[in-house]
Amino acid sequence: MEGFFQFINDNIEMIYIVVLMIFVGIELISHVPAVLHTPLMSGANAIHGVVIIGAILAMLRMDPHNYTGLAIGFLAVVLGTLNVVGGFVVTDRMLEMFKTQK
Amino acid sequence: MNAQALLNIAYLIAAVTFMVGMKMLGSPKTARRGNQIAAVGMAIAVLATIFLYDPGHEVPTFIYVLIFVAIAIGTFIGWYIAVTVDMTKMPELVSFFNGMGGATAALIGLLEYPHFLDSPYKIAMIVAGLVIGSVSFAGSMVAWAKLNGTMRKPIRLPKYNVWNTLVLLAVLALAAYIVVTRPESPVYLYALFLLSLVYGVMFVIPIGGADMPVVISLLNSFTGLAAAFGGFLYDNMAMLTGGVLVGSAGTILTIAMTKAMNRSLSNVIFGAFGDTDLTGGGEGPKGTVKSINPSDAAILLNYAKNVIIVPGYGLAVAQAQHAIHELEELLESKGVNVKYAIHPVAGRMPGHMNVLLAEANVDYDKLVDMDDINPQFKNADVVLVVGANDVVNPAAKKNPASPIYGMPILDVEDAKNIIVLKRSMKPGYAGIDNELFYNPKTSMLFGDAKDSITKIINELKNM
Repeated sequence: MEGFFQFINDNIEMIYIVVLMIFVGIELISHVPAVLHTPLMSGANAIHGVVIIGAILAMLRMDPHNYTGLAIGFLAVVLGTLNVVGGFVVTDRMLEMFKTQK
Repeated sequence: MNAQALLNIAYLIAAVTFMVGMKMLGSPKTARRGNQIAAVGMAIAVLATIFLYDPGHEVPTFIYVLIFVAIAIGTFIGWYIAVTVDMTKMPELVSFFNGMGGATAALIGLLEYPHFLDSPYKIAMIVAGLVIGSVSFAGSMVAWAKLNGTMRKPIRLPKYNVWNTLVLLAVLALAAYIVVTRPESPVYLYALFLLSLVYGVMFVIPIGGADMPVVISLLNSFTGLAAAFGGFLYDNMAMLTGGVLVGSAGTILTIAMTKAMNRSLSNVIFGAFGDTDLTGGGEGPKGTVKSINPSDAAILLNYAKNVIIVPGYGLAVAQAQHAIHELEELLESKGVNVKYAIHPVAGRMPGHMNVLLAEANVDYDKLVDMDDINPQFKNADVVLVVGANDVVNPAAKKNPASPIYGMPILDVEDAKNIIVLKRSMKPGYAGIDNELFYNPKTSMLFGDAKDSITKIINELKNM
C-alpha cells in the first residue's frame, strides 16, 4: 500500500493529465455529424500511432549487443510507422473528397 | 540539458496539434487541415525523439541507421497501401493500421520488461500495454479479414461467451501474477502475449460483419489506451496525451455509433446478430417478388417529381458512385428533384456513403440525414434503393423477433414506388430476409448496380 501512495505522489501530474485529456477527448467528439465519423475514426487511428515514439525509445535505450531485442524493436518501429503514415494518408484521401463541397 | 528542454517543447507542440487536429476533424470545412496539422505534430515528436532523447549512454550509429531504415520501410509500405487501395476498402484499411499500432504497443512491452523488474508499477504499465495492444492487434486483424470477405460468417463456438470470459479471466490472472511476482524469466510474459492474442481473436470472431465498424472503433480506443500506458512507462507526455485523447474520443465515438444503430455496446459484443436463426426465424415474410426491367424503371423515373436515392454497401461494391451521380444530374436536368437518403450506418462505416458520393462530386446539400429525410418519403414518387438492405428493412420496426429490431430505418415504404437495385435475392449483411422486397409497391431490378444504372441512363437519354 505504501508503494501505491508513493506511485500517486510520483505521478500526480500525469494522473491530472489523464483526467483532463479524458474530458478533452469527450468534448472534442461530442456533436460531430455522422458524416465525419469515419474520417474522425481514421484520424484518431493515426494519432494513436504516437506509440511509435515508444518503439524508438526502446531502440535507443537498448543494449547494442542484444540482437533479438534490436530485431523486435526494428519490427515495432516499422509497424508503428505503418500506423502513423498509413493512418494520416488514408484520412487525407478520405477528406480530399470533401474539398469541393461547401 | 537543453536537449531535454527542446524535447519537452516538441512533445508539447505535438500534444497541442493532436488536440487542435481532432477538434478540426469534427467539422467538414476544417477536417482535412486538422488531419494535416496532427500529422505535422507527429513528425515533430518523432524526429525530436530520435535526435534529442538521451538514454544516458552512448547510442551507436548503427542503431540510428536501423531506426531510419525501419521508418523508411514503414513509410513506403504505409503510403503505398493507403494511396492504392480502393475507396470501398477504407474500413478494413483503418482496421489494419489500427492493428499495426496495437502490435507496436505489444512489442514495446516485450522489449522493456527486463529493464523495469524492480518497479511493480512500471511492470503493471508494461503488462497493461502488452495485453491491450495484443488484443487490439489480433482483434483488428480478424475485423480486417471479416470486412475483406476472407472470413464472412461469424464463427461461434457453443457457449462462446463462457469461453471468452474464461480466457479473459486467465489473461487477467496471469497479468496479476506477473505484476506481483515479477519473474526474471520472460516465459510468463510471452505466455501472456500469446494468451492475449488468443483472446483478441475470440473477442471479435463471434461478432457479425454488420457490427464491425463499432468493433473497429472500440479497438481503436484500445490502441489509444495501450499508447497511453506506454506514456506512463516512459514518462512521455506526447504518448500519454495522444493515447488518452484517442482512448476517450474513441470510446465516445463507439457509443455514438451504437446509438445510431439503437444498440448497446454490450449487445454488440455479447451478441445479438446471428443468435437468432439466420434465415429469419422461420416466420420470414414470403410472397411474390416483382421484377422490373431498366426501361420501365427509366419511365417511372422520367415522370417522377421527387426521387430519393438510398445508397448502401452494394453501391460501393459495384463502384457505382459515378454512375449514380450521372443519373442524378440527368434527372435534375429533366426537372426531377433528386435527393440522397443517408442512413447513419449505411455501408460498412458511418459516413461511408458520404465519402463515396463525395468522391463522385455529388453536391453535399443533396445528402440528407435519416431524421430529415424520413418525413419526406411520403412525398417521393420513386425511391431508388441501390445496394442497401438492412437499413431499409421494415422488420426493424415490426418484428420484435428480428435481430435488427429497434434499429432506426429509412421509411422507404411510405414512397409511392420503390425500385430496389440488387444483385440477387441474397439477404444483407445481417443475414436476414427483407419483407420490403415483397411489398406490392416494390419492383426489383436485378443485376450489377453499375450496369443497371447505366442502362437506366441510356433509356432516359432516349426519352
